[in-house]
Amino acid sequence: MAEMKDIVLQYVINEYLEDEDEVLSYDSPLISGGIVDSFSMVSLKRFLENKYKISIPDDKATPEAFDTVNKICTLVNEYLK
Amino acid sequence: MSNIGSYEERIKDFSWEIAEKELDYKKGDVINIGWHCTDRICQMGKANKTALIWEGHGGEEKRYTFDEIRKATNTIGHFLRGLGVKNEDRVCLFMDKIPELYLGFLGILKIGAIAQPLFSAFGDESLFVRLDSAKTKVIITQRKHVGKVRKLLERMPSLEHIIIVDHDGLKPLKEREIAFDLEKAEQIDKFEIYPTTAESPSVLHFTSGTTGLPKGVKHVHYSIMSQYLTAKWVLDIQDSDIYWCTADPGWVTGTSYGIIGAWSNGATQCVLDAGFSAEAWYKFIEKNKISMWYSAPTAIRSLMKAGSELVKQFDLSSLRHLASVGEPLNAEAVIWSEKVFGMPFYDTYWQTETGSMMLTNYPGMKIKPGSMGKPFPGITAAILDEKTFEPITEPNKPGLIGFRPGWPSMMRTYWNAEETYKKKFANGWYLPGDKSTIDMDGYYWFVGRDDDVINTAGHLVSPFEVESALLEHPAVAESAVVSKPDEVNMEVVKAFVTLKPGFEPSDDLELEIMNFIRKKLSPLAMPQEIEYLDKLPKTRSGKIMRRMLRAQEWGQDIGDTSTLDDD
Repeated sequence: MAEMKDIVLQYVINEYLEDEDEVLSYDSPLISGGIVDSFSMVSLKRFLENKYKISIPDDKATPEAFDTVNKICTLVNEYLK
Repeated sequence: MSNIGSYEERIKDFSWEIAEKELDYKKGDVINIGWHCTDRICQMGKANKTALIWEGHGGEEKRYTFDEIRKATNTIGHFLRGLGVKNEDRVCLFMDKIPELYLGFLGILKIGAIAQPLFSAFGDESLFVRLDSAKTKVIITQRKHVGKVRKLLERMPSLEHIIIVDHDGLKPLKEREIAFDLEKAEQIDKFEIYPTTAESPSVLHFTSGTTGLPKGVKHVHYSIMSQYLTAKWVLDIQDSDIYWCTADPGWVTGTSYGIIGAWSNGATQCVLDAGFSAEAWYKFIEKNKISMWYSAPTAIRSLMKAGSELVKQFDLSSLRHLASVGEPLNAEAVIWSEKVFGMPFYDTYWQTETGSMMLTNYPGMKIKPGSMGKPFPGITAAILDEKTFEPITEPNKPGLIGFRPGWPSMMRTYWNAEETYKKKFANGWYLPGDKSTIDMDGYYWFVGRDDDVINTAGHLVSPFEVESALLEHPAVAESAVVSKPDEVNMEVVKAFVTLKPGFEPSDDLELEIMNFIRKKLSPLAMPQEIEYLDKLPKTRSGKIMRRMLRAQEWGQDIGDTSTLDDD
C-alpha cells in the first residue's frame, strides 16, 4: 500500500500539479482542491487501470473517491482483490 | 411577483429602451461596463451592500462591498494605466476563479482596454493561439499558471507585461514579469474612467469552430443592455437575492452573468473557487443562503448521480429560482430538480456570439421539460429551411435556428476574421449553428449542431484543433476526432488514429496521447477514448469522413458511403 501511495502521488505531481511550489501529501484534496478536474480524472483513472491491471467501474470513479491519494489507493485495492 | 411579470405582455411592445432607461443611458452617452457595475451601484445608495462572497480551496473566504469593488477595480485600472495600457489594448485574464479575476475584468474595462478572459486550464498551445490572435499586450495570471506563459515568451514579442497577482517573493521574477498585490496596493478612490461609448470594444472571448483556429468574438460596452435585462427578467435577480453563477469567467457565461448581469443589477453574488463535489456545492448553498442559482446541465447531471438522499442532508430552503445554460437540459434533469429542490431548472439557450440569452424559459411560464423555451422579448427568432434559409412555418419540423440581428449584445465581428463573421449570416438571419424545432405552442426544442463542433459540458471543442494537435505526437500518423455520447457531459471527445511505422497500439500509448492533448490544449479537449485503426475512412479525394465515425459512435445510420475510398 505504501508503495502504491508513492507511485500515485508521484504521478499526480508529475502530470497534474501546475504550481511547482505546492507540496502534496497523501491527504491533499485533488478534485475539491482544483488540482485534478473532472475531465482529467478520466486520464488518472486510465493510469490506475493500466498500472494495476484492473477495471474501475465508472460509477465508482466519483470525485469523492478520487479526492485524495489515500482514497484512490483504497479504491484501487478493492479491485486488486 | 417576478421581475418579468407577464411574458405575453412584455413581448407586445418591447423596446431595448426599457434597459436604456433603467441604466440611465441615452444615445451618445458615455457607457462603461466597469463603471455601471460598481460606481453606479454605489451612487444608487448600495455602496455598503455586499457585492461578492468568495470562497476558495480549504474554505478561505473573502467578502467585498460594492464600494470595495469600486475601489479595487479603480486600483487595477490605475495600475494597468501606469504600465502604459491604453484603450483597446488587449489584456488577458488567465486565472482561477479568484477575486482578482472578477475585479480585474472590470478594472480593464474602466480604462477602455479589452478584457480577454481565458480558461486557466488551457494548455500552452491553446493559450498561445489565443494570445497570438489578439496580439495581447498584458496578461494577468497566478504563480501556478505562469509556467505556461513563460513557455510562450519567444513566440510572443507583443506581450509586454506578465502580471502575477500572488507573487510571494520566494523566487525572483523573470523577464517581463511584475508582481501586483491587490490587497497591499493603495486603494484608488477617485479615478477617471475612459469615456467608452456604446460601440467601444469591451470583451474578447474565444470560441471554436469546425475548421481553423479559435475565433475571438468581439463584444462592445452596449452589450450591458441585454445582459442587465435578461439577468433581471430571466434569472429574476431581485435586491434581496444571493446569487450564484457557477460558470468560470474564462467562458462567456462567467462574464455575461457571473459579472455583468449580476453586478449591473446590484446583486450580491457568490463564487466558489473549488473543484466539483456535490456535497461541497450543497454546503455552499446552505452556508450562504443562496436564492438564485444559475448552473449547467453537466453539473446538474453530476448532482443527480450523487443521489437524492444527499440533498436531504442540507437545508436548501433559501433557493427560490434555478436556471441552466451550456447545452440542452434534458427532461429528466428538470423533473429530478422539481422532485428534490421543489422547483425546476429553467433552461436558457444562447452562445458566445450572442452575448446574452436568446431562447429561455421565464418565471411564471409553463415549463415543458426538455424545451429551451421561447425567444426573449425583442429577439426575432425562427427555424429556417437549410437550403433556402426561409422560415419554416410548419410545427415540429427541424431546421436551422436563425435570429434577426440587432440586439445589444450581438457580437460585432470575429477578431481579424471579418469574412468568417459574414459567413454566419444568411438571408438576413444570424445562424448560431444549431438545429431545432418549434412546437404548436411556440416552444423551441434542440435537435443538434449543424456542424462537427463538439459540445462537451457546455464548452465547444474544435475537432480540427484536436486533430492538428494529435499529429504533433510522434506516434500519430493520421487522426480524426468526433463526439461520442456521455451521460454527464452530453458529449466527449473521441479520437481515431493510425500509427506511424514502429509504433504499436497499447493502453499505455493511449494514455500518453491523452495526456499529450490535455497538456497541449486543455482537459476538455483530451480524447476520453482513442481507437486505433489501420486506416481512416476517406473519400476518394482523400477527405476524412468524420460523419461516418460520428454516426458509428452515436448508433446512427452511416448514410451515403458511395464516395468512400475502400481500396
